[in-house]
Amino acid sequence: MKLALLADLHANLEGATACLEHAREQGAEAFAFLGDLVGYGADPEAVLDLVAAEAAAGAVVVRGNHDAAVLAAGADTMNRAAEAALDWTRARLSERHRAFLAGLPLEARQGEVHFVHASADRPADWTYVCDPLRAEQSLVAAGATWVFSGHVHEPMLYYLGSTPRPLGFKPVPGVAIPVPAHRRWLAIVGSAGQPRDGNTAACYALLDRARSTLTFHRVPYDWARAAAKIRAAGLPESLARRLERGE
Amino acid sequence: MSPTIEPGMVIDGFRVLERLHAGGQGVIYRVAPPPGRPDLDVPLLMKVPRLGPGEPSETVVTYEVEQTVHAALSGPHVPRFVAAGDLARRPYVVMEEILGRSLRAWTDEAPLAPEEVARLGAAVATALQAIHVQEVVHLDVKPSNVIIRPDGRAVLVDFGLARHAHYPDLLAEEFRHPMGSAPYISPEQVLGVRWDPRSDVFALGALLYQLATGHYPHGSPTTPGGLRRRLWHMPMSPRRLQPGIPEWLQEVILRCLEPQAANRYASAAQVAADLAHPDQVTVGERGRRLRRPGVGTLLKRWIMATGYEPSPLERPSQQLVGASIVVAAVATAHRNEQRFQVLRDVVKRLMAMDPDRRLSCVTVIRPSSDLAGGTEEEAGTSQRIKHLVLLRNWAEPLGLPAERLSFHVIESGDPAAALLEFAKVNPVDHIVIGAPPADVPLKGAFVSTRVAAEAPCSVTVVRPRAG
Repeated sequence: MKLALLADLHANLEGATACLEHAREQGAEAFAFLGDLVGYGADPEAVLDLVAAEAAAGAVVVRGNHDAAVLAAGADTMNRAAEAALDWTRARLSERHRAFLAGLPLEARQGEVHFVHASADRPADWTYVCDPLRAEQSLVAAGATWVFSGHVHEPMLYYLGSTPRPLGFKPVPGVAIPVPAHRRWLAIVGSAGQPRDGNTAACYALLDRARSTLTFHRVPYDWARAAAKIRAAGLPESLARRLERGE
Repeated sequence: MSPTIEPGMVIDGFRVLERLHAGGQGVIYRVAPPPGRPDLDVPLLMKVPRLGPGEPSETVVTYEVEQTVHAALSGPHVPRFVAAGDLARRPYVVMEEILGRSLRAWTDEAPLAPEEVARLGAAVATALQAIHVQEVVHLDVKPSNVIIRPDGRAVLVDFGLARHAHYPDLLAEEFRHPMGSAPYISPEQVLGVRWDPRSDVFALGALLYQLATGHYPHGSPTTPGGLRRRLWHMPMSPRRLQPGIPEWLQEVILRCLEPQAANRYASAAQVAADLAHPDQVTVGERGRRLRRPGVGTLLKRWIMATGYEPSPLERPSQQLVGASIVVAAVATAHRNEQRFQVLRDVVKRLMAMDPDRRLSCVTVIRPSSDLAGGTEEEAGTSQRIKHLVLLRNWAEPLGLPAERLSFHVIESGDPAAALLEFAKVNPVDHIVIGAPPADVPLKGAFVSTRVAAEAPCSVTVVRPRAG
């Protein structure tokens, strides 16, 4: 069974659609959405409808900090562009969309697989898992063999050898990496809606549970259209430029 | 723990025939393929690691590494990978049995004649290049891990310490002590660096040293301090141990053994090229020296070693792209300055892209026996010299230093076949060749067309802008 993992969709319909289409071509039968469905992008309703439909069909969905912030006005902990996008999003969402977001859990679990937007160590603190120490804390808190997260937009694979501190590995797109169950793994799958590593292509990862392999994919998508929608909506220019540059 | 394996047992379809070898890390059996697998038409070995209580955790990890890295490799320079068993249930690796002789058969006989050292060394270098381009660094090159096939090609075995740039490195920081074999391990490996293909070039240098002199370049130290010595210390000059070793061979050996990776050959392919063409090796102080460098030099090296900081690199292929071998096919028999200039312009741009890139200027001339007048041999020699002069003259405006250049006059009645063979034997990465002139009919039959179609590497066909 192949499980597609998407994080940080950020209301980018073109990015999310391209990743889902690619994943289905690769034989994905199950989906997990690792939070931050909205914020930054110009298509929050369409992306939420897409994810809600997948959830109805059995997909795992967890809540991200942008999803939480859009529900709770006044918590200005983000940068100005992010805040502007959240205010804009908040004003557009229908009761149905708000209810869907409100119903999302912070974490989800399927056997030895753990899903969380940021760190499994106090998930509501939205800690960035950006180094081996934080990866270790998340792995310990999750107590699972495989932990899948987003929040940090650059794809990364942390793995435990025989030392207590995990090691980080920058994955090469399209390579099926063995992730056997006798080790522990924490994967940051990368952002499907706002890549930030200098490559405009959207990120997602595919877990092959039968073979115990994980493949990080990069999917080129129509970012010109997504950026044009951001400008047309009157959202901050920096958010459109980010998609054009992938950073 | 799984039960002991006995001949006659069937494991995942593979029938165990006989036990061949029991070593420290595992046991090797000869096995028959599962029925209905006509594709497995080679003799097969099953390698079973010793795992379980009492065995060091390294064995488990090196088994995992071997399985992952070997499965990702292909080509004539590695045994064909067939299958691997599940680590939790029944760990094993099934692979092609290479029918050949271990390089130990030669190191046991060392010192060998320089030509023999060069032949074996070039074979190992070519095999190393073949895995480096597949993003793998072997990191445990030693005589017992090299098998020489009856046709002379080398095969690398045992990837338990190897590193593949596409997979997480399970051995990184895992074991604090340096991994590898003391006589062959590179200085950077002593410090835990596990990504540099030039580490294998160092080990190759140690092999060459051993084959040529019968000695290890740095002995076989057993302490961390003893291993660290190679960060600054140069081995005794091979020619001092064996006066019959030519300067060019010493130059090649000591360049492979430079403590700083940046001072070694930039790729194994370049070592192979030098060993195949001794007359093209630029002999410097390294090749001539009979003593170790003086105290001042040693002190300088020692100070450099204390601040040793390897540069980061994401993939072996990054290193190799810069270190490639470019061939300029110069039709010296059909001189045309305009066409020569166009070829030179393209080559110049390619060579400017990286200081480690090397250029082989090649021309193919008709065999001397086809030429009239004088004795055959005299005529042949004077022809070769004439074309060598033309080749050098063609390359002069490029302004490249001697150590980045080599010149080859090949006699053949079939220029395309000769160029293709050269590209195959000398791991060439890029051939630049002139297109046939516009006024010549039957383009399909031309050298550049065939080279472009059949070369094992990139080919750029250049022609002056028409009209």
